[in-house]
Amino acid sequence: MGKDKTMATATLATEPPNRKRSFDVVQFLEKYGVLLFLIVLCVAFGMSSPNFLSVRNLTNILTEVSIYGIVAVGMTCVILTGGVDLAVGSVLAFAALAGAWVITGVGQGAFFGMGFLVALLIACAIGTLTGYIHGKTITAFNVPPFIVTLGGMTIWRGATLVMNDGAPIAGFDAGYRWWGRGDVLGIPVPVLVLFAVAAVGYVVLRYTRYGRQIYAVGGNPEAARLTGIDVSRILVSVYVIVGFLAGLAGFLLSARLGSAEAIAGSSYELRIIASVVIGGTSLFGGMGGIGGTMIGALLIGVLLNGLVMMNVSPYYQQIVMGVIIVLAVAFDTYAKMRRGKR
Amino acid sequence: MGHAILEAADIRKVFPGVVALDGVRLAVEQGEVHALLGENGAGKSTFLKILAGAQPSDGGELLFDGRTLDRADTPIVRQRLGIVTIYQEFNLLPAMTIAENMYLGREPLRRNGLIDWRRMYRDAQAVIDELGLDLDPRMPVRVLSVAEQQMVEISKALTMNARLIIMDEPTAALSGKEVDKLHRIIHGLRAKGISIIYVTHRLVEVMAVCDRYTVFRDGRYVATRDVQGSSVSDMVRLMVGRDVEFQRRSDRFAGERVMLEVRGVSRAGNLADPHACVLDDLSVQVRAGEIVGFAGLVGAGRTELARVIFGADGCDSGVIVVDGRVVPMRKPGDAIAAGIALVPEDRKQQGCFLPHSIRHNMSLPSLKRLSKWKFFVDEAGERALIADYTRKLGIRMANDEVAIGTLSGGNQQKVLLARCMALHPKVLIVDEPTRGIDVGAKAEVHQVLFEMAKAGVAVIVISSELPEVMAVSDRIVTFREGRITGSVAAEAATEEDLMSLMALGGPADGAAHVHAAH
Repeated sequence: MGKDKTMATATLATEPPNRKRSFDVVQFLEKYGVLLFLIVLCVAFGMSSPNFLSVRNLTNILTEVSIYGIVAVGMTCVILTGGVDLAVGSVLAFAALAGAWVITGVGQGAFFGMGFLVALLIACAIGTLTGYIHGKTITAFNVPPFIVTLGGMTIWRGATLVMNDGAPIAGFDAGYRWWGRGDVLGIPVPVLVLFAVAAVGYVVLRYTRYGRQIYAVGGNPEAARLTGIDVSRILVSVYVIVGFLAGLAGFLLSARLGSAEAIAGSSYELRIIASVVIGGTSLFGGMGGIGGTMIGALLIGVLLNGLVMMNVSPYYQQIVMGVIIVLAVAFDTYAKMRRGKR
Repeated sequence: MGHAILEAADIRKVFPGVVALDGVRLAVEQGEVHALLGENGAGKSTFLKILAGAQPSDGGELLFDGRTLDRADTPIVRQRLGIVTIYQEFNLLPAMTIAENMYLGREPLRRNGLIDWRRMYRDAQAVIDELGLDLDPRMPVRVLSVAEQQMVEISKALTMNARLIIMDEPTAALSGKEVDKLHRIIHGLRAKGISIIYVTHRLVEVMAVCDRYTVFRDGRYVATRDVQGSSVSDMVRLMVGRDVEFQRRSDRFAGERVMLEVRGVSRAGNLADPHACVLDDLSVQVRAGEIVGFAGLVGAGRTELARVIFGADGCDSGVIVVDGRVVPMRKPGDAIAAGIALVPEDRKQQGCFLPHSIRHNMSLPSLKRLSKWKFFVDEAGERALIADYTRKLGIRMANDEVAIGTLSGGNQQKVLLARCMALHPKVLIVDEPTRGIDVGAKAEVHQVLFEMAKAGVAVIVISSELPEVMAVSDRIVTFREGRITGSVAAEAATEEDLMSLMALGGPADGAAHVHAAH
């Protein structure tokens, strides 16, 4: 049936575009809507609460954002392939607790002040491993990512509770805590880590062959296979990446809180997925990028912080966040559909 | 013949930038099987959508049994009036039973408002018996063959008291026997006074089953004729507006060196996967510079063999040799590394990344070569490559950042060809390279294939259009039910010879120039 439609678009494309360059509100909002909304929010919160725009509070927001923003970079890759990872919150807690468990178990003195490094490596290794397990299960048994990572979400949370009987591990040395609370030239360490991770993610997705392959797998898996891409390998790799980043974020969060907690990162998966989706990455895969995700993550951070500053009950915060997620995606879909029609 | 059940007059439909239908008309009488013919892009599909109420028309008049149909008559209203369309892609729910599908949304109810299952299965059985089918209405649709699913669609139409059934390419996926059965059923429907609009590309079937035919060309009405007194070539002439569509090529480039050798590819069938049909000991050689056409009906093994050669599907035994080297047949990446390139059958599903840019589409498999430090894309090199092939193939586009989905079918196909050419393949396989693209673009695509052959590439062309295969090939290999039935020099081949090899598996009487492959 669709052949005549192809003909229609054919003539559209081959004819020189004589469409007037008039300003299109929907098109503009599709591109800059979220950014615009972020600015409006900042101005509104700034006017109603003088403390909102203080350096201290802004730093606070950024630090808060960086923990889940780091994971959102990996989640962008996953969602670009058309998948999703619901287990990141649990992996984050599991990895951090495992790292802390080892170094406090052995005794931090035994590492000559380098205990944080051991904890960091363990957290990242555990995260990587869980991601590998998710990816392999998805590709080898052809189970939908939603199901595999839904299972992973409860499995790793359970494992976290088992490891230390649900109790938190605290008492880190200064070297460890620096990763959560320290700063370099006034910029908090987690924020620097986020910058680094986001920059690498941006470059990889935009300028490398691997990045192109991620988009290709998400855009059309069958076509990707027929261009010689090892689709399974790409799929496994994105879950490995998000797992690694969840481990890293878990370590940073434990350093910031001064303790590794079994319930850390609960419901982070929603916040992370929301960042990616609000940032314009399509849940069907193949479209989107890191830039949007970072704005999405900032938007959520500003919103949560601003509502607290305005003394809105945390109960309402959840409602607001839910509404914004749905609106953002609804608008995105509307804009795409409209573009498809013209 | 009775009175006219459907009269469409001066129907217009305009899409942005293109007039899809420019005042077409069609009159169908009661109890008539009426073929609607036209090349791809002639406007048949758009017309059917307007008829079914799926799209509004921009002008014209539609009369069904004397009643004017307008915008307010939604597809459901029209169904109730008795206009039922059976699309190429069936509207059946695989997990549901035959009867559930037949009565979907119109389930017979008991007085208490619950579904009357017993009556539903009884009525369904009655309709199935009426059509003389051997189906149990309690079977889930997913276990049925394509032909059986079509029968379910027809049964479903009968439960709606259809008076006009529109069939869009009903035999595209059917085997010869199944086609005969469908035609018997169509005769039965006609005897009941039901009218049928039969849309097809297979003109032989029009001769077999239809009473009259109407031809559209480029969105315009061309003619309506009686089948009796017409020939297939009359129809072709009306459809294309000229006698010959393809010109046979005069120059040949085939060398001596065997570039591709396929030895004894066999595979047992797999019912769950329609792609995995039986392949029975297939062997083919293609020399450098030679263009070999694969001809056969859908499912005969031509596309399936191509996919095995390319590593896209598995096989049980067989060896592929490219330029003297055995190719591991595990995955497409192996084949590409060995110098095999494939332009797949389904441009949109298997070829294009529709929302992505032309640039990304064209360069994807070549990025290995176009990389800096193995990891980064060498964008300057990439742009040079794209500019090069855009010029060579005459791809018409605003710029290379435009999504490939916005291009015409012909230009999309050229991008996919460019993607393969950029790999500098030794063997190029193109599957239905000109399906759904206009005549001008077809000639351009053929020219590209000639250029490739001239450069010493071994080319395999798979096409359902015999005239195309005959025009572009040096040699034609015919397939039937997973076997190779012949290998014919293109200049000596006639359409009748090839048809008999494809349909019967043997040469027509006295065809001395046909050599059986085994």
